[in-house]
Amino acid sequence: MKIKASLENYLFVLPAVTIFAIFYIIPFISVFQLSFYDWDGILPTKIFIGLSNFKEIVADRIWWQSLWQSGYITLIALTFQNAIAFLLAWACDREIRMKHFYRVIFFIPPVLSEVVVGLVWQWILNGNYGILNHWLAYFGFTNLTHNWLSDPNTALTTVAIVHCWKGFGWGFLLFLAGLQTIPRELYEAARVDGANAWNSFKNVTIPLMIPVVVLVGILTILGTMQVFVLIYTMTGGGPGYHTEVPVLRILASMRGSSRFGYACAQGITFGVILCMVSFAQYLINKKAKA
Amino acid sequence: MRQSKLLSILIITAFLFLSAGCTAKGDSGKNITIWHWMTDREPAFKELAKRYEANSGIKVNFELYAPSDAYSQKVRAAAQGSNLPDIFGILGEKRDFASFIKGGFILDLTPYMLEDKAKWKNSFFAKALAVDEFSAGNSYGVAPGIYGVPIDIMTIEMVYNKSLFKQLGLNPNQPPQTFERLLEIGRKLKAANLQGLVSGWGEIWMIDCLASNYAFNIMGKDKVIATIKGEVPYTDPGWVKVLSLFKDMQESGLLASGVVTMVNKTAEQLFANEKAVFAFNGSWCVNVYKGMNPRLEYGAFLPPKASNKYPMAIWGGAGSSFMVSSRSKNKEEAIKFLRWLTEAPQQAYLAESTNNLPANKNSLNWIPPVMADFAKAMDNATHPNVWGVSEFSPVIEALDKGIQSIIIGEKTPEQVAREVQRVKERELAKKR
Repeated sequence: MKIKASLENYLFVLPAVTIFAIFYIIPFISVFQLSFYDWDGILPTKIFIGLSNFKEIVADRIWWQSLWQSGYITLIALTFQNAIAFLLAWACDREIRMKHFYRVIFFIPPVLSEVVVGLVWQWILNGNYGILNHWLAYFGFTNLTHNWLSDPNTALTTVAIVHCWKGFGWGFLLFLAGLQTIPRELYEAARVDGANAWNSFKNVTIPLMIPVVVLVGILTILGTMQVFVLIYTMTGGGPGYHTEVPVLRILASMRGSSRFGYACAQGITFGVILCMVSFAQYLINKKAKA
Repeated sequence: MRQSKLLSILIITAFLFLSAGCTAKGDSGKNITIWHWMTDREPAFKELAKRYEANSGIKVNFELYAPSDAYSQKVRAAAQGSNLPDIFGILGEKRDFASFIKGGFILDLTPYMLEDKAKWKNSFFAKALAVDEFSAGNSYGVAPGIYGVPIDIMTIEMVYNKSLFKQLGLNPNQPPQTFERLLEIGRKLKAANLQGLVSGWGEIWMIDCLASNYAFNIMGKDKVIATIKGEVPYTDPGWVKVLSLFKDMQESGLLASGVVTMVNKTAEQLFANEKAVFAFNGSWCVNVYKGMNPRLEYGAFLPPKASNKYPMAIWGGAGSSFMVSSRSKNKEEAIKFLRWLTEAPQQAYLAESTNNLPANKNSLNWIPPVMADFAKAMDNATHPNVWGVSEFSPVIEALDKGIQSIIIGEKTPEQVAREVQRVKERELAKKR
């Protein structure tokens, strides 16, 4: 009877497990397996080449450059994007007018399609007829007008800022949810004890928000390191290799060069790096808490 | 009781869910299934399918999968799953085409092409058919034969805006014939604060296209092929000269601002809206420009020669082709349909309704003047798919990205030549 009951239980979870296995576990094993092969994605035969793909990745200068560049975008997102998200969430958590309206407005960019956002910003930033240059010239900053996306000095920072604009709404939402869980009594108690606004913020808000900050940090790192649709739409990785990011490189290996094995090896390497970064952040957080 | 009913429903649902993705396509009776990516040609294809069904009683299902990137991956996945339709197209390089053939996915159409004293074969432009052909001793290791049917042809060359030419005080019927003259116009454009050449150079392959045009013009075909074979280095003065042309174009003011990250759709919008004097684009642009600005006055011309030593060569040939699946149960019907589709009346209808150049050489009578310019350029057409050898993809990428770096003033032509050669040597070493 007990066996029958547990079998029935297993039967209930079987569809979910099967679907999970088909769409997650098997593809993951295939990707891992393919990373040891030379395969063009068409021929039925695959050539086993051992660790050659991984050795090539180690020597692939453009791959490491792309990784550094996504790290740069992530750094901007972690600091600039999350600082803005936190400040806006903090402002909306206070008794300000139209705070519900702002909450909706701030969450519009994340729900927009990345392709649409990329194309609209490409139009705004266009060197010839872009609205940004138009307004800069209008206000007398003609010396600042140039092609933001085609200049190697500004291309990466520009796409990073657009990425922040697109993504800050997620952080805003999480920070706001976190702020709303802080009991108001704590602020009142702090005020009774003579704390000013800064002291309340430093001694009440910040310590209680650390778990949310860590969560937003991890999500920002994982999301930003994998950024590609926005960049693909805005610059295609150019000019030169100046806005290349790892996912674009994986795509180039698979689609451009028909090197599926190498693309899988890049995917595995990238996955391992992301896991390491997340784990490091987890350890730092644990240490900070201790 | 209720629990067991629920259990049964769950199991059946799971079974249906799992089996849904495993059904084979295109194998049923007298239906032909065709996969394609050509959004602009979909209504015309549907109309032709209706006409064919009325004539033959065979239903033809054109299934559109766009964009082309997604289509390309779908065809590869279908090949792996033995799920290819009766007829499909392949996007990519010749080596991808060769892999499909070597994998046993594509039928050799040579015997059908040669029937009736090669009547079908001879109805096509030879250069269009060459793209779908593998000659004896080809470097891909494919058995010689014709493996595809060209549906239309394309050439990629330069177009210029006649109204803006007039505005600049230039003869609107006289596009530049030499590279020097092109640079002179570039300097005029700069002075007049007009945008010059636009193109989809952010999409990489179009830079490659213009660079190889000039490589043929400066060094000749043999030397270009020798470079691909690894017998001539990219540091050769001929290649450095090719790379220097892009520097010259940039310095003269000929290139529109932001051209290095421009996608072709943006370039087409700029040219169609008369915001750029020149564009480097394929013959498909006639349809695009017509849709964007029907009153646009423009003409097409070959990229102006940088050297008189060799003729200018442009990319051209089959714009799109269809292949027959070797595992199709409807091979004969599929071939009959393709034969019908490439007959003069159907080709004329396709050309008229989609503004693409027909692959059948007997259907060119009706075309407008600007398309006639593109058709004329077929005499100068070549294509990487007919060279018999393919350059390594990382080398193409290094060359194209290098040209972008030259245009933005980051690297010199000599530096780029050295970097490309390094990538070439690395790829050659891997093959050894």
